[in-house]
Amino acid sequence: MPGEMILLLGVNHKKTPLEVREKLALSSGYDEPLEALGKIEGIKEYYLLSTCNRVEILVSVHDGADVQHALSRFLFGDALSPEEFDKYLYCYHNAEAVHHLFMVAASLDSMIVGESQILGQLKEAYRHSAEKKSTGPILNRLLHKSFSVAKRVRSETQIGSSAVSISYAAIELAKKIFGSIENKRVLLIGAGEMAELAAEHLVGNGAKDVVVCNRTLERALDLAKRFNGSAVGLDELHEQLEYVDIIVSSTGAPGVILQRDEVKPIMRERRNKPLFFIDIAVPRDLDPGLNDLENVYLYDIDDLNNVVELNKAERDKEAIKASRIVDEEALKFKDWLAGLGITPTIAALREKGNQVMQLELERTLPRLKNLTVKEQKSVEKMASAIVSRMLHDPMIFLKSENCKDQSAMKVDVFRSVFALEKKE
Amino acid sequence: MLSEVNYLLFNGVLLVSFVACAVYLVFFFSQKEHLRKVARIIFLTSGVLQTLYILSRYLIAGYTPITSQHEAVTFFAWSVTWAYLSFHWRYSVRNFGTFVSILVLIMLVIAAFASRAFNPLAPALQSMWLPVHAGVSVMAYGFLALAFCGGLMYLLQERELKSKRFGFFFNRLPSLESLDQLNSHCLTIGFVFLTLGIISGSVWARQAWGTYWHWDPKETWSLITWFLYAAQIHQRMTAGWRGKRAAVMTIIGFCSVVFTLWGVTFLLGGVHSYAR
Repeated sequence: MPGEMILLLGVNHKKTPLEVREKLALSSGYDEPLEALGKIEGIKEYYLLSTCNRVEILVSVHDGADVQHALSRFLFGDALSPEEFDKYLYCYHNAEAVHHLFMVAASLDSMIVGESQILGQLKEAYRHSAEKKSTGPILNRLLHKSFSVAKRVRSETQIGSSAVSISYAAIELAKKIFGSIENKRVLLIGAGEMAELAAEHLVGNGAKDVVVCNRTLERALDLAKRFNGSAVGLDELHEQLEYVDIIVSSTGAPGVILQRDEVKPIMRERRNKPLFFIDIAVPRDLDPGLNDLENVYLYDIDDLNNVVELNKAERDKEAIKASRIVDEEALKFKDWLAGLGITPTIAALREKGNQVMQLELERTLPRLKNLTVKEQKSVEKMASAIVSRMLHDPMIFLKSENCKDQSAMKVDVFRSVFALEKKE
Repeated sequence: MLSEVNYLLFNGVLLVSFVACAVYLVFFFSQKEHLRKVARIIFLTSGVLQTLYILSRYLIAGYTPITSQHEAVTFFAWSVTWAYLSFHWRYSVRNFGTFVSILVLIMLVIAAFASRAFNPLAPALQSMWLPVHAGVSVMAYGFLALAFCGGLMYLLQERELKSKRFGFFFNRLPSLESLDQLNSHCLTIGFVFLTLGIISGSVWARQAWGTYWHWDPKETWSLITWFLYAAQIHQRMTAGWRGKRAAVMTIIGFCSVVFTLWGVTFLLGGVHSYAR
């Protein structure tokens, strides 16, 4: 294709180990690296993305310019010898580069497929490039397109909707039981780190009160303070069960601390308001028989893991749908790029036709002396019509689909046939 | 002329309800949000057409069209539809419409198979009480049918949560809490109408037959139904019956409603069995 070429170079979590990624020269914000990047010979537009899982450089260059080595040099700095570059680096051209960028934006290339952070990081990186005015018509369009592809993937597939961690799974379940977690009371049995993490998620989703129940009251008080909650001893557990809705148990007790028959009378006191037990302790704290009680739901760590696994499988299915969208959009963009290659040729052809017409009119019109103004107009119209009729079919040919694939060659042939001067 | 319009109207109702149900089902499977709006509009259209159909029958017959099998079931479908639409105006319960539209379609299909002939009104029914008693009772059935749909949905969702195997319904059905609220809400309204229906019937019986109550099978079964619902509401208020137990009770109650409507007429007979 005459004109521009898009080039994407980078390293990511799949191909490059963390030790190597750490050494890359670009860990210090965007401003300096962007400036350095701009100084490389032959680059027209440039953009840089750096996250903890990947570093990628996206540039558009004049066709034929060889910047690949300079770019990998820039990326790795002095950390590696040039021979090692190829082992870690991936490098995509044109259509492949577009496809890769869309995959990244749609979070299909992420470590946790479907996570939503990457789009924000992409936009942030773009903002830096835009401030430096380092992106031009091609990259601007390409990056904007990548955002809209990501949005389309999000709205048309359910890739981001499944809970793929235990805490999220617990929250998803709680929402299916209670409708919303807002104003629900949480009881933590055991004051360990796991309990803390779970409580953080629940409070983050709107849970109101946190009660910490622990063998040693001191530790319970510490944790309760973090959530503005209250602390009670283990002997008050039964009493508390009357007032709370969600229970997270994570003690180091060797055996079961709450039996089914202990909870049964409590349900009557609660007037059967549902209870959701989450047992993340190993060995288990809660009697598995609790789940048989009406309006009581018990999930242990294995159950939650199953939910997570299930969601992962579901997400993989959605990822296939998402890749199809990415393929489709990448193809569309390729067409646009190809069209970009043709545009100057079409303009040149129109220009040439116009010149020929003007020339001939100027020669002929003075010789036809008796023409009225109206007749003169008609002659001009006719000349113009002949030119555009003549050029119509070649232009259709140039724009046609089968032409786009080999547009570089076709454009060259076209230019020779019509003797259009070389561009630029 | 009017009877032709009437005939076409019913076919229209059937068609539109079928389309509504189909779109709801497609929405249920695909979960594409814009389909839900489309489905709701079609269902609303079906509700309007049902109303027009009943009005046209009223104009032709000159009395409230609720005495034949066909009329009673159509009226039932109408009340379910409008109970749902009025309910929807206040609450929104995820994918409830799909279940309701299926139920409505089933009723309309049953009505389509029954004879659509106009029967002359039996002398005992020629009263102002006919629209009051039958109308109120059928409205009660409408809300109780909604509670039945909610109960079914509750059992489906509860089973997924208890068994910890999340299949097709888990994502598509709403939370247990909202289904339980739906149940309680519809039951309360339905029960009030049911009580009014029985009272108005008994007053009418006093006028028409001379006694308030004479243990006609339909009366007996209405009373059984009433007790089933009364017990459930009582238990919910006092002992906090809710969730699965309430859902099961709602389904049993609705079976009793259906039996009162059809079973009694066809199996037991009695003075109420006009719509044979």
